[in-house]
Amino acid sequence: MTTENLLRVLSAIAAVVLGSGGIVVLFFVANWLVDRLPRNVRPRLLPLVYLAPAVLLLFIYLVVPSLRTFYLSFFDARSRNFVGLANYIFAFTDRGMLIAFRNNILWLVLVTGISVGLGLIIAVLVDRVKYEPLAKALIFLPMAISFVGASVIWRFIYAYNPPDVAQIGLLNAIVVSLGFEPVGWLVNRTVNNLALITIMIWLQTGFAMVLLSAAVKGIPKDVIEAARIDGANELQIFRRITVPMISSTIVVVATTIIVAVLKVFDIVFVMTGGLLDTDVIASRMIREMFNFRHFGRGSAIAVILLLAVVPVMLTNIKRFRQQEATR
Amino acid sequence: MPQFSKDNLKNNESVPLQRRFAPLFLCGLGLALVTACGRSPEATDGGENNDTRTVTVLGAVTGGQLDDLRAALAPFEEQTGIRIIYEGTDAFTTLLPIRVDSGNAPDVALFPQPGLMTEFIANGQMVPIDDFIEQEQLTQAFPEDWLALATFDDELYGVWLRAAVKSLVWYNPQQFAEQGYTVPTTWDEMIALSDRIVADGGTPWCLGVAAGDATGWVGTDWVEDIMLRTAGPEVYDQWVTNELPFDSPPVERAFTIFGEIARNPEYVPGGGVGALSTPFGDAIQGLFTEPPRCFLHRQGNFISAFIPDGVDVDEQVDIFPLPPIEPQFGTPILVGGDLFGVFNATPEAQALIEYLLTPTPHEIWASLGGFLSPHRQVPPEAYPDELTQRQAEILVNADVLRFDASDLMPSTVGTGTFWSGAVDYIAGSDLNRVLSRIQGSWPDPEEGVY
Amino acid sequence: MDRLEKALSSAPVHIAVIGIAVLWTIPTAGLLISSFRYREALTQTGWWTVFQEPLNFAQFHLGNYVDVLTSQGMGQAFLNSLVISIPATIIPLFIATLAAYALAWMQFPGRQLLFVSMVALLVVPLQMTLIPVLRTYNLLGLAGTFLGVWLAHAAYGLPLGIYLIRNYIGSLPADLIEAAAVDGASHLKIFTRVVLPLSVPAIASFAVFQFLWVWNDLLVALVYLGGNQNVAPVTLVLRNLVGDRGQDWHLLTAGAFVSMFVPLLVFFALQRYFVRGLLAGSVKG
Repeated sequence: MTTENLLRVLSAIAAVVLGSGGIVVLFFVANWLVDRLPRNVRPRLLPLVYLAPAVLLLFIYLVVPSLRTFYLSFFDARSRNFVGLANYIFAFTDRGMLIAFRNNILWLVLVTGISVGLGLIIAVLVDRVKYEPLAKALIFLPMAISFVGASVIWRFIYAYNPPDVAQIGLLNAIVVSLGFEPVGWLVNRTVNNLALITIMIWLQTGFAMVLLSAAVKGIPKDVIEAARIDGANELQIFRRITVPMISSTIVVVATTIIVAVLKVFDIVFVMTGGLLDTDVIASRMIREMFNFRHFGRGSAIAVILLLAVVPVMLTNIKRFRQQEATR
Repeated sequence: MPQFSKDNLKNNESVPLQRRFAPLFLCGLGLALVTACGRSPEATDGGENNDTRTVTVLGAVTGGQLDDLRAALAPFEEQTGIRIIYEGTDAFTTLLPIRVDSGNAPDVALFPQPGLMTEFIANGQMVPIDDFIEQEQLTQAFPEDWLALATFDDELYGVWLRAAVKSLVWYNPQQFAEQGYTVPTTWDEMIALSDRIVADGGTPWCLGVAAGDATGWVGTDWVEDIMLRTAGPEVYDQWVTNELPFDSPPVERAFTIFGEIARNPEYVPGGGVGALSTPFGDAIQGLFTEPPRCFLHRQGNFISAFIPDGVDVDEQVDIFPLPPIEPQFGTPILVGGDLFGVFNATPEAQALIEYLLTPTPHEIWASLGGFLSPHRQVPPEAYPDELTQRQAEILVNADVLRFDASDLMPSTVGTGTFWSGAVDYIAGSDLNRVLSRIQGSWPDPEEGVY
Repeated sequence: MDRLEKALSSAPVHIAVIGIAVLWTIPTAGLLISSFRYREALTQTGWWTVFQEPLNFAQFHLGNYVDVLTSQGMGQAFLNSLVISIPATIIPLFIATLAAYALAWMQFPGRQLLFVSMVALLVVPLQMTLIPVLRTYNLLGLAGTFLGVWLAHAAYGLPLGIYLIRNYIGSLPADLIEAAAVDGASHLKIFTRVVLPLSVPAIASFAVFQFLWVWNDLLVALVYLGGNQNVAPVTLVLRNLVGDRGQDWHLLTAGAFVSMFVPLLVFFALQRYFVRGLLAGSVKG
């Protein structure tokens, strides 16, 4: 190894140590300082020590830009002239946007439903087989693939060739071997949205499985044993014990996936470019913002995304109130 | 939630875990002497040595082409001692505005098309080239047409590097000889040839439109080429500025002629669905399969990079200009191109622009192949093979030269509704509806979208 | 007889698990096979056709991997990716765990509201934040520094981290924490001695997700750190291997696997922490 490379490795290690260690040191110093304070102020300041780093980071990186986005959503493309609600009117009347809303509902229902459902089934079933780590790793695998890689492989699944040419897409190869005409999976307007949604389900199920599996394993064995002794069958155990006991995790997983779906745009961009009625809200936002450079419309759509998640958050509040009441 | 007794939880199980886990959090603690606020030496923008003069360049050129670009710029670095810090990314169109808007602009940017520059110019974020370069130097380097394309409000903002010639039809001369086909010189001859190929049991046109989030440009290139041939350059210019609306008869005619090819399942493998499903770079492979999947491919000179290995370029690849439709408009040539623009006119950036106006970098890249230059002083011999020389000739001898219209239109249309409209039309949508939708999306000039 | 019955009754479980696992692996397997195939073969025949003559090794080659691994700056890029990813994982992990603990077990006004607002920030598209944050960075001199990228990744990862970990910490039994408090333990002690060890599964899962996200990120690094060779991460170098006309995407197949290697290592390393439920284990034990 040359000196230059050695220096690079050393400075990399130093960077990692400083970066990771620095924050830990900061916390302990702050905690130590608060401990020096008189007893009566301590309980009031202590939450601050625990929360300050998070609040500070979130405020600078997410809250302030969100407020700016909200502000810009009332201005024109170049953020120069106040246009009132024009951008919001556009967002709710433009034909492309309406299609995006329709598609997003389809995405939300299918991706959330199937990913969480499948993730839950896998989490329960995988608990009973010896090759559990392998099975989980395989289902988790898609999450580790960079998005660029994923787009290449799905091209090999959905590729279309005319009937007289060899198919390089797996699905069409199957369709043709069954004696049907090949389908333009990404072109045909009745299936192209489902084709994109399938990719998202493939990516998200691993996420759901990992979290739900951890929760399933948190259910005490004796509870299930007791139910078995009482004569409950597996389905009853699943419905009466497993699901209720991990319900808070199910809500968390579903919420996270809903948010991921609301934000998804790269699948759409890479596979279809949002054409032929495959746009979703987030892909429209990115396009308005960065391709068309219309800050007003882009910001308005971002605000709508933020508002869309309010009902989900209300569910969460309820959920956490319950959790605190029963623990 | 289940209730657990604390005894259960406080038993020995948690102790080893805690021990196992502690190092993860505390790893940095002992070693960290200061907080993480130091500037990492690796992270400075390459300007670590104050003696080295540098110029930062942001561009969309990556991969193999980047090596060619580096070779073309190498003499500049050697002669002046100025180091070029080049940052290449395919996210150029996203990254550049972010950098510029946040006050972090590169000294020089290599734009893949001039349309992107307009907004920075309107915001006063770019420096005109003629502020520091003599007019004479410019006219010696580039033809009038090209200078005009980089001129906004009477000031020149761009120095051209690479030209793309789009009005080319690629074919396989071996297959043509075998079948007894001849190169058409008019549009009618070309359609007659297409019909003959169909009658012979073949499919005439290779067409691939898919290009990820840029899907649509292949279709708009076709429509533009036809517009130039049916309506002529003047009407074309009116169309670019929307003086001629999208839902007018000339545009309708151009789309219809395009549709006669692209929507015809006898002309294109798989018809519209096939065209929309095929990545633009894969389409040309149809010329070289046995039997050929298709015989003709209209695409820019850059498609040569997609010709599969193992194809004998001298024997199996040839081109002809896309033939005229209305005789009075001749054979116009549709072009595109990359150009340099200046954000910070530092002495180093000025020196780089001076160098780019000399024929040297153009000749170097030309000799490496797959590259056309609009520079006047690049002789045909600079190109390594006959095919590229022919492309250069087509570029130089064009009766009429027009820039890719979608690159010049406001991006809402040029990379938005025009692209999606072309795709919808190929997919079978009603033309009138497609055109009125595109026209309806043309931004209000008051809005300040360019 | 009993054993047979047991095997029969568990057969559907095996079929379901194996079926889903195989279905989920097919696309990735296709990518893996494709990454060893020649550029022309990739676009002319389906990847499954290799099984027609599985012993014909001439249809495979390592060229794509050789091209990717020997490309300029790849070693440096791996180093950069690690330098970016490790602190960008540990920093939010630590901050999120602290915040989650406070939100779950400390009493202060506005706790619920604070928590929900933090989680709601999950939905903020980070693209909207790039320009204002980069502007601030330019003022503070943070643009182009690793610290800038770490903090940005930390902030973008925090909402998910706080959400996941708070959900887990919040479900710990109250009497456990109260008992410790009665024994006179400080919050710091409860946090480090009781809560942290018990929350390992949640922390480990978040660590995996955050690491994956940072490792595969392109945009944040590009915007805050820049794309020059000294600092560019693996994703960027891989992406740039492919020419600006996108014609070299056979390299992407190999590149995808090269870049997958480290995240998978992290997944396997941390898997043992979240496959075993601690609460269940302790009850049983």
